[in-house]
Amino acid sequence: MANLIFHLFAALTLGSALAVVLCKDTVNAALALLLSLVGVAGVFVLLDAYLLAVLLILVYAGAVVALFLFIVMLLNPRTATSRPYKKISAVAGTFAVGLLSLGVWSLVTHGQFSTAPAAEVFQAGLKDYGAKLFTTYLLPVEVVGFLLLVAMLGVIVLSKKFEEQEELK
Amino acid sequence: MTVGLNEFIILSALLFAVGFFGVLVRKNTLVIYMCLELMLVASTVALVAFSRFNGTLDGNVFVFFILTVAAAEVAVGLAIIVALFRKRGTVQVDELNSLKN
Repeated sequence: MANLIFHLFAALTLGSALAVVLCKDTVNAALALLLSLVGVAGVFVLLDAYLLAVLLILVYAGAVVALFLFIVMLLNPRTATSRPYKKISAVAGTFAVGLLSLGVWSLVTHGQFSTAPAAEVFQAGLKDYGAKLFTTYLLPVEVVGFLLLVAMLGVIVLSKKFEEQEELK
Repeated sequence: MTVGLNEFIILSALLFAVGFFGVLVRKNTLVIYMCLELMLVASTVALVAFSRFNGTLDGNVFVFFILTVAAAEVAVGLAIIVALFRKRGTVQVDELNSLKN
């Protein structure tokens, strides 16, 4: 049963990821990204990471994809007149992805992955996250908070219009 | 739970490959950015799978931080794209070639 559900979510994730790459329309690509993230959240649930699944949906679907759609609406970039990609870069991309897939395939067939089953005991409740975050990972939490502050300031500076800059243009 | 670690790693690698392909191939900056997000999410799948099969919470906590950094990154990146669009009037990477020559 878990096997079937895993393959379902994996197919959803990979299929909509391909749709992100192949869709000509930016809005369709953003919606396919949303679907792909829902698939990843399902995989997280299969891995007993319920909190991360909820956070992925909240942060990515709620904030990131909404921001993408908002920017697409704001910019309204004209749809490309020609193909959305160049032939030479398509060839290069296919070659690179082929090499990457070959590496994964040889790792699977010749590598020494552990076939041990998943650990029996896995505590991933809210309480465990809180205990980890505020003891072992206290410094990273502070750093990430500072990073968010810096990002906020950076966005304000970037999107502010400066008079001198306008003159230079 | 009958799905092994291999399946999750393969899923992660394939998702990464698809995102990589998109970054290499597409010309629209916004779509390139979406594909970058896909690559980031692919790495989190691997981390969560390792964490689950190892029985420790640390991988999940890493993913926690990755999500935070991704949110900050998207905000800054989209602000840069908007600034670029305001300056140059396009988001197609093949038209943003003023560093050429």
